[in-house]
Amino acid sequence: MKDIYSGSLTRLAAVDAQEMGKAYAEWNRDSEFKRLLDSDAARLHSAKAGADFFKKILDEAPAYNPFFSIRALSDNRLLGDITLEVLHAWNGRQAIVGIAIGERADWGKGYGTDAMKTLLRYAFNEMNLNRVTLNVFEYNPRAIRSYEKAGFTHEGRLRAALLRDGKRWDLLYMGVLREEWLALNSAR
Amino acid sequence: MLAIQTQLFELQDVRFGPIDHEAHPEIESKWTHDSEFMRLMELKPARPLSPAMVKKQYEAIEKEMEEEKNLFYFTLRAREDDRLIGKALVEWIDWTNGNGFLRLGIGAESDRRKGYGSQALTMLLRYAFGELNLYRVTAVVPAYNAGALRLFQKFGFVEEVRRRQALNRDGRFWDILSFGLLQEEWQALPNGRG
Amino acid sequence: MKDLYRGTLVRLAAAQPEELAAAYAHWFRDTEIHRLADTDPAQLWSEKYLKEQQEKDSEKPSPRAYRFTLRALAEDKLIGITGLVTNDLCEDAWVYIVIHERDYLSKGYGTDAMRLIVQYGFLELNLRRITLGLHSYNERALKTYQKVGFQLEGRVRGEGRRDGARYDGLYMGILREEWQALT
Repeated sequence: MKDIYSGSLTRLAAVDAQEMGKAYAEWNRDSEFKRLLDSDAARLHSAKAGADFFKKILDEAPAYNPFFSIRALSDNRLLGDITLEVLHAWNGRQAIVGIAIGERADWGKGYGTDAMKTLLRYAFNEMNLNRVTLNVFEYNPRAIRSYEKAGFTHEGRLRAALLRDGKRWDLLYMGVLREEWLALNSAR
Repeated sequence: MLAIQTQLFELQDVRFGPIDHEAHPEIESKWTHDSEFMRLMELKPARPLSPAMVKKQYEAIEKEMEEEKNLFYFTLRAREDDRLIGKALVEWIDWTNGNGFLRLGIGAESDRRKGYGSQALTMLLRYAFGELNLYRVTAVVPAYNAGALRLFQKFGFVEEVRRRQALNRDGRFWDILSFGLLQEEWQALPNGRG
Repeated sequence: MKDLYRGTLVRLAAAQPEELAAAYAHWFRDTEIHRLADTDPAQLWSEKYLKEQQEKDSEKPSPRAYRFTLRALAEDKLIGITGLVTNDLCEDAWVYIVIHERDYLSKGYGTDAMRLIVQYGFLELNLRRITLGLHSYNERALKTYQKVGFQLEGRVRGEGRRDGARYDGLYMGILREEWQALT
């Protein structure tokens, strides 16, 4: 059986709370990173607060929700993280995926798409899910393109869900079904 | 074979050792990032662990050994340099009925197919039957684990249960097999080896 | 949509901790039924202890366990227990059922209850298959499970020992497709 954690540019690995806390403290200093990532008001956290936050997630999250770090295959550098939150293990078998690539210099290089593809293979082949869902802000075209490349389809939008920089923005919903992913990957 | 002079924890190239909480988490963390190893060793979804997470698992193992008294966990070391190469355990022991479940694994691909698995299983069986006085042992193996199937068959384990399509992995359905070896069958093995 | 909790003779109900603890205190005295149901040594627990266990279970149920009591429809009497414990991915589950009240044995209550819980597993939990184990000396259960559609998948030799004699553990399974073909 092949290595399910590696793509062509990145690999998925375990999270070390200290390391991730420190990394997020750095990445959050670029407010664009934070504003692309989530809807909370951009705020600066210390490395220690970050480490505590991640330690709590690792200790308390249900065992079947994986939380991976994304590392570059070339030099093992920590690039970001990717998580799956399983909703309804018994019904619908779907999960919500969240991904972040931290450094601006690492954006637009294919790392996110590569990691997402690996994660989808894990979701469908190791966790046997039926669908994976994500949401993304209208003002994040790079991410939207990346998700489309990884196999996600547009499913809808929550209109005017976000207010930022004085403007209202939609929250887009995208999803990929097991059959779609299988068809995409056997065609390769 | 049951003489007390025979060492329980040493055999030609390998020995059983305790957990080394300082040195082992890092090594085992690497194994958990090898999805092939994880899928041979575990039936639940593979998940990579950091050294900190491995350390926590080790603590839970020792706590369970202490409190429940139905688990015996050994690390497998190379005798020449004491390097950690794998693990071997007897778990879910039902004392009233004299049953236990066996599991063993060699972490690095380069250490497999060297006979370490056979030596580890020889020691584990001697421990289960000669020291824990079990009546029978069970090994649960997914159908795709050819190495484990060969090893248990070599030692005379009998296929007892086939849970059809019980495991879904890589988009395929696999049977999960249960193998059993009775005390008298172990005693019939020459030198307790397969 | 049909009522998943209602069969023809029994219904699946929630455990009321106090009532169930009192029932267990009385049920555990019947060692024949215990030895048909369980591999653990027969034991006598205080009602206080059983009540605490039941309360703990109902406060914080294990996320993969779906536990019910069985009540006879006619008189609404508590007659036994049943449940499913799923694996991590909720694809396979171990099912158990015990009719504790002797008056309700060999009258179809067990078959009805097993059909109900199996239906729950496939229709509500979307399981792919269901597994169960039984003692080789439990002929009544074997017949019941075969009637419901379980196939024998193996025999663990000498799994237990009682009264100086070894018995085997039988294991059975039913796949979703097999169940669909029956219903």
